[in-house]
Amino acid sequence: MADAMLSLRHLCKSYGALTVTDDVTLTIPKGEFHAIIGPNGAGKTTLIHQISGLIPSGSGHVLLEGEDVTRLPLPLRVRQGLVRSFQITSILPGFSVLENVALAVQARIGTSFRFFGRAAAEERLNAPARAALDEVGLADRAETRAGLLSHGEKRQLELAIALAAEPKVLLLDEPLAGTGPEESAVLIALLQRLKGRITILLIEHDMEAVFALADRVSVLVYGRIIATGTPAEVRDNVDVRVAYLGEEVT
Amino acid sequence: MSLTLLYVQTLNGLQLGVLLFLIAAGLTLVFGVMDFINLAHGVQYMIGAYLAAMFTAMTGNFFLGLALALPSALLFGLALEFLVFRHLYDRDHLDQVLATFGIILTLNQAVKVIWGAAPLSVPIPDAFSGSIVLMPGLLYPVWRLVIIGSGLAIAVLLGILVSKTRIGMLVRAGATNANMVSALGVDIGKLFMIVFGFGAMLAGFAGAMVAPILSVEPGMGDNLLILTFVVIVIGGIGSVRGAFIAAVMVGLVDTLGRSFGPTLLRAIMDPAAASQTGRALAPMLTYILMAAVLFFRPAGLFPAKK
Amino acid sequence: MMIRREALPLLLFAFFALMPIAASFGPESYLLALVTRVMVFAIAAVSLDLILGYGALVSFGHAAFMGVGAYAVGILSSHGIKDTAIQLPVALAASAFFAVITGALSLRTKGVYFIMITLAFGQMAFFLAVSLAAYGGDDGMTLSGRSQLFGFDFIKRDRAFYYVTLVALIAAYALCRSLVVSRFGRVIRGARENPQRMAAIGFPLFHYQLAIYVIAGTLCGLAGFLMANQAEFVSPAYMTWQRSGELIVMVLLGGLGSLHGAILGAAAFLLLEEGLSGITEHWKLIFGPFLVLVVLFARGGLIGAVERLRGKGGA
Repeated sequence: MADAMLSLRHLCKSYGALTVTDDVTLTIPKGEFHAIIGPNGAGKTTLIHQISGLIPSGSGHVLLEGEDVTRLPLPLRVRQGLVRSFQITSILPGFSVLENVALAVQARIGTSFRFFGRAAAEERLNAPARAALDEVGLADRAETRAGLLSHGEKRQLELAIALAAEPKVLLLDEPLAGTGPEESAVLIALLQRLKGRITILLIEHDMEAVFALADRVSVLVYGRIIATGTPAEVRDNVDVRVAYLGEEVT
Repeated sequence: MSLTLLYVQTLNGLQLGVLLFLIAAGLTLVFGVMDFINLAHGVQYMIGAYLAAMFTAMTGNFFLGLALALPSALLFGLALEFLVFRHLYDRDHLDQVLATFGIILTLNQAVKVIWGAAPLSVPIPDAFSGSIVLMPGLLYPVWRLVIIGSGLAIAVLLGILVSKTRIGMLVRAGATNANMVSALGVDIGKLFMIVFGFGAMLAGFAGAMVAPILSVEPGMGDNLLILTFVVIVIGGIGSVRGAFIAAVMVGLVDTLGRSFGPTLLRAIMDPAAASQTGRALAPMLTYILMAAVLFFRPAGLFPAKK
Repeated sequence: MMIRREALPLLLFAFFALMPIAASFGPESYLLALVTRVMVFAIAAVSLDLILGYGALVSFGHAAFMGVGAYAVGILSSHGIKDTAIQLPVALAASAFFAVITGALSLRTKGVYFIMITLAFGQMAFFLAVSLAAYGGDDGMTLSGRSQLFGFDFIKRDRAFYYVTLVALIAAYALCRSLVVSRFGRVIRGARENPQRMAAIGFPLFHYQLAIYVIAGTLCGLAGFLMANQAEFVSPAYMTWQRSGELIVMVLLGGLGSLHGAILGAAAFLLLEEGLSGITEHWKLIFGPFLVLVVLFARGGLIGAVERLRGKGGA
């Protein structure tokens, strides 16, 4: 498994008697666009929290490029290249759009224990930040206060922040949540451009988007992965249709 | 160190603990259920003591005084809630700190204006004055035993109230997740008011009970308030059980530390240095205890929030 | 608008610089002492604004740092060490040390817990000072004179001390100003807005928050150094929790997170105290309700009020 970018080994998480993720094992090779689908309450978001380190892992291991990062807290995983976005938009509303992204660059380049000099004037931080904004199509909003963006633009900004961290693996928690058709078309086109360049693990409800974007799809039901395969394989999988798509097998 | 002294000091520690619990119980619920930081809770304790002193002087009977002081303390708490506190629940902690700080300044001064700056004293009720022989050679003031006893009784009652009744269930649910309670269709404003008034009355009761053995003076609640905070932090915000255990711990550590700290230190250093260090260290013991608890459990021993 | 906003601190400093000239026509020593006191507290309030306004960390034990700084002066001077070249570094180092220990523990907690813990640590410092029988205990101790600099009585005269304090205030202000726009300050401000996002960008916030806590504590130690020198007296009363509360009041009165607001707030608080206590000994009966009313009806403090007026004026 030399080219495995992200491996999950027997990940479990439970709250009291409630098991949310149950023995999740998955290997994602470098450059793959992998999607996880599943009904509400299947444990998808918990799984992302676990992989990213937002919540302490129950048991099992997370490996990034073969290296065990299970014990690392969230910020240090980010510095290793394991970057996530949030389902509910999480930005710094009082900062300008550019500063939101420049902070992500700042986390990556040099030290932030620098007490003098105006950070906002550092071209070393702003140039990569502008590039990331350009990438997501927000370049002309750079000076706007982030809190004033439309919902779709906030989702774009969220992606720009993640990209500016130069992820090896990008964990996307429902990036299309709450967007209208036009906004989601913009985001889907953006994800399409990222495909292949960055290893991506996507959680998404929009089936059309998932089947259009993903190289492989895993189905999570009651915290367990019941099937993994190409979009076509998963669509045809009988178990999946029963458990998830709710179809009668005739 | 004599064993008798150890018993006496343990009882004193227990008495302080019970007192702290009476103040902390209301406060921890106010913190837990409303996420409201109330610095003025110590003032309720002071008001209770003053009301008891006033009514006792008027009626000539401590228990009549107490019977009048309790509803007055309750009314006073409710009035404060109505006039000020309820406008602060959805503000940030800083605003709450500032406003309740303002209330402390106001009431400490008001008490001075009304009753004078000199401490008032309240006589111990005749039936409970004097001391009682607990065991050969161990004489203990009866009134302190009454305080311990009534405090423990209230602790038990409160425990039943919180764990068995509907309102107790709502309060516990509120401390865990306030949104959930309002989702249940409960009038959260009314619940807050009840919790607040009840907490104010408990603190007032504590003040009234210690009035006969402490001097009743302006600002008497301030330093006790800080100890109460320590209790709440150790016990876990929103947990009545945590408050009780932590209150007894703090009461014992503080009292025993002050009386036996220097003696214990003498075992490892020379007497002069021991008494110096002991005296410096003793008042810090409770804070060291708190730091130690927090180091291992940042949310206290029995955090209500999951 | 921008120019005006930056003009306010300059105006403040110009006022402080010129005040002694005006004072020489009036009750000079009274005015010098009063405004020196204002400036000393302004340093403390500015340092508190760093953590309170920029870091959103509600510390309720800030006066302890003032006490630690002051006691460093008192203790050293009682042993005959009176030189600023030793006293000041020791005062700053002691405050920094106290901040590292208490900050590392307090910052493990959040919200109401943090408020109560900083309060408790403040009380701990207070009780420690009370128990220091060798250094005056409860009553505090009187210094045998102000600090020297290389054997020279550089702040013996009130006017000299006034200007030294002013220089310290300007230096502290400039340092904080630079800090809040630096890379470091941006992380701190980001943590105020959305800590979870900052962690997900890759910042372990604890380290940054501890650093700002220590910087603020050290600066407040500087205020303590000056305070001890002004009064030529140190006492546990410097670090009561009421004093910590007053520092918070100053910052909020002036307006949170602007630095010069804290200076304005310190001035407003102390002058109000001075003025009201001249009218009645029960001035707290006026000041207490005033605070409550400010919270209920005038959010954003003096700076906020100024900006609201400006906004209404259509500027």
